[in-house]
Amino acid sequence: MGSYVPGTQAEREQMLRAIGMEREDQLYADVPEQMLLREPLNIPSGMSELEVRNAMTELAEQNKVFKTVLRGAGAYDHYIPSIVKYIPAKEEFLTAYTPYQAEMSQGVLQSIFEYQTMICQLTGMDVSNASVYDGATAAAEAAAMCRDRKRTVTLVSGAVHPDTINTVRTYCYGSNTELRVVPCKDGVTDLEALQQMLTPEVSSVLVQQPNFFGQLEPAKEIGELVHNAKAMYILSCDPLSLAILPTPKEAGADVMVGEGQCLGLPIAWGGPYLGIMATTAKHMRKLPGRIVGETTDDAGNKAYVLSLQAREQHIRREKASSNICSNEALCALTAGLYMATMGPEGMREAAKQTAAKAHYLQAELCKLPGVELKYKGAFYQEFVTVSPKRCEILTALEDAGILGGLPLGENEILWCATEKVTKAELDKAVAVVKEVLAK
Amino acid sequence: MKLIFEKSVPGRHSSILPACDVPEVDLGVKREEPLNLPELCENDVSRHYTQLCQRVHGVNCGFYPLGSCTMKYNPRIDEEMAALPGFTNVHPLAPKASVKGSEAVLELAAKYLCEIAGMDGMTFQPAAGAHGEFTGVLLIKQYHDARGDKARTKIIVPDSAHGTNPATAAMCGYDVVNVASAPNGCVDLEALKAVLGPDTAGLMLTNPNTVGIFDENILEITRLVHEAGGLCYYDGANLNAVMGHVRPGDMGFDCIHMNLHKTFATPHGGGGPGAGAVGCKEFLKGFLPKSVLMEGEGSIQVRGFAGNFLVVVRALTYLMTLGKEGIPEASTNAVLNANYLMQKIKGTFTPAFDRVCMHEFVLDLSEFKKETGVSALDVAKSLIDHGMHPPTMYFPLIVHEALMLEPTETESKETLDEAAEIFRALYAQAYSDPDYMHAAPHHAQIGRPDEVKAARNPIVRWTEA
Repeated sequence: MGSYVPGTQAEREQMLRAIGMEREDQLYADVPEQMLLREPLNIPSGMSELEVRNAMTELAEQNKVFKTVLRGAGAYDHYIPSIVKYIPAKEEFLTAYTPYQAEMSQGVLQSIFEYQTMICQLTGMDVSNASVYDGATAAAEAAAMCRDRKRTVTLVSGAVHPDTINTVRTYCYGSNTELRVVPCKDGVTDLEALQQMLTPEVSSVLVQQPNFFGQLEPAKEIGELVHNAKAMYILSCDPLSLAILPTPKEAGADVMVGEGQCLGLPIAWGGPYLGIMATTAKHMRKLPGRIVGETTDDAGNKAYVLSLQAREQHIRREKASSNICSNEALCALTAGLYMATMGPEGMREAAKQTAAKAHYLQAELCKLPGVELKYKGAFYQEFVTVSPKRCEILTALEDAGILGGLPLGENEILWCATEKVTKAELDKAVAVVKEVLAK
Repeated sequence: MKLIFEKSVPGRHSSILPACDVPEVDLGVKREEPLNLPELCENDVSRHYTQLCQRVHGVNCGFYPLGSCTMKYNPRIDEEMAALPGFTNVHPLAPKASVKGSEAVLELAAKYLCEIAGMDGMTFQPAAGAHGEFTGVLLIKQYHDARGDKARTKIIVPDSAHGTNPATAAMCGYDVVNVASAPNGCVDLEALKAVLGPDTAGLMLTNPNTVGIFDENILEITRLVHEAGGLCYYDGANLNAVMGHVRPGDMGFDCIHMNLHKTFATPHGGGGPGAGAVGCKEFLKGFLPKSVLMEGEGSIQVRGFAGNFLVVVRALTYLMTLGKEGIPEASTNAVLNANYLMQKIKGTFTPAFDRVCMHEFVLDLSEFKKETGVSALDVAKSLIDHGMHPPTMYFPLIVHEALMLEPTETESKETLDEAAEIFRALYAQAYSDPDYMHAAPHHAQIGRPDEVKAARNPIVRWTEA
């Protein structure tokens, strides 16, 4: 078996004697006899590192890794620069706890302060927290942050990611508040329906940009409707797209949320990811989660600390704005590192090429007889096609080492492309689809 | 140390992407504001983060006896397995037939953890301990709602509990009933009985509790809650004390969260990502959260997709390594190390409860402070000068001037002996030179930061001068 316990048998006996015991079972004298396990746990025996490596590698090999990924829907296969994989593996970053002791955690604190600043630069917002769990929980926390006693209803556009809608719904279930889904029209939020649903009890409206179907929402127009009704506007953005698309600030958002996975994190079967949350100066003290602030130490030197803790659970207990403590600090560090490595030009290039590849794929697919574009509005990296033989298309692509788009409603496929795929890969995918349709 | 923005040189960059091989597109709308991200070459980035890294104290740097956080050694094989392309390069919505390995990881981890916890079902969707608490209390809420029992509006939490417990109960729409602890730090049965009733939805409890004592009345406690119609939630923060010895399920708990980033050796990453796996008994399995896109409608859901999958990969690697022998051995040694360290410190600082402890213990410095003027904070900050991460301070709230130490099983006898020596030296110094300790740390990255200033005049981002 494997073990990370350093004590030798002799040392353990010596330590037992030092505390006045003879046997290890005396350590558990407080546990009522009838509860103590008499049999060993019903799990396999431990293994050496080499055996574990073999067993885990076998499990990993049971997964199929597609060379080309044309599926997004909340997890985007962007290129991750080499250095972005190496640095977060540094043991100090990896093994440190939350930086409660500022005097020995300036490195973590500064990395978060830099991340917060980069998120503000990217989004145009005034203040970012240190991260929450993922994009879906960021949306749920934002909805909670916008509620007050009089305004308790959350509106969510039906074009928001289904996992996000269900997560917000679950948080609303928890707090005994209501969620209402605004219908879609032509693949975007139905503005007329939204206008009618903006009643005085509505606290906030959550919209995703680009939305689940890949379409660009009229974000600014929606913001005006929301603010006319005196509700708060939560915009969920793809952070990489903000290098070229209007910022949530420009769209009038009060709270920006987003899934930060596209900033240097692997798709990794869904996690760990990164929940981004930023807001305006006005709402800073309502923002949940950890926030790093700059101050000075007793000698007047610049120092970073976890700040504004009066909002948090360890001080406020049941009156806290959220129960969150651990977040995704190392993922935030990774995202900051990704943005620093790419720089403004690299970020713009990644976003531009993502859009270009997706548009090329769309144009080529829609040239094929029988393939139609479902929604005709502007899009960024995803689009929906309608075609016959959906199942055959996706299977043929898989056989060719390509993960095709996500099957949606009947005959629909939600496609995605990023800067990582080459024209040759896209041409190959289109050729496979063409062949299936020609059969 | 300069901020990364202050190192930016216009025009500097790394060469990451090729030229675009398809036509550019105009999306019709565009960002108007400038994008002020730092401009650096790759070596600049590498040096900057290495400098930051040198200003971080990790478990790899030295002793980290942070109570209730289980800062045990994080095995490097776990990291390497979590970086296997077969795990990192898999899309969460890939067809089921192509992700058999991922599904097997969750199944095995669930099976082993259910066995350790004495539970029947498990979800890995929660991303942290507090998130697991939220999920667990929502299981309780759904259970009562499914029976049409709307009268249960209260969650009982002991006054020794972690702040996340009451915060979670409030997030789940419950009123929080705080119950005072008995003088021995355990649940006061009479106080509990007094608050139980038809409005009780459940009890949130950790056992061993936050003062490191196993509550020997646990069966009576869970029986009383069940008798009143409530359910019992086990906060797994202290599970490292009892693995393979006694199971929360056998103590009468109905659901539990486990911090994989504490008990199952996955690293904390400076504050996440963690994983708050939630287990439950058979009758609650139908209420576990699921992803709409992965598994369809009809369930609650606490985040996107299946959770922090790569954290589960690390935990499974650890579980496979330790196995049925190593898991109880880890707990035994966690308890042994805590008792040994407490014994070595005793005679100087005073344990809040002078009895056999579990995996952690609390020192009560209130008398010491009266005599010397040196506070728990002063002692904590002085430890930094000795290269040791301070214990948890001022928690639990029921002990004044508390320092809570959890050495974990992966520390050697020498480390514990050295730590005890440092504590003894600081105890003596408090009598000889208290002022020096009031001003500690003296040799750290910074002196004590002005937290009041940070909160009154918040600077939470860099702005160009």
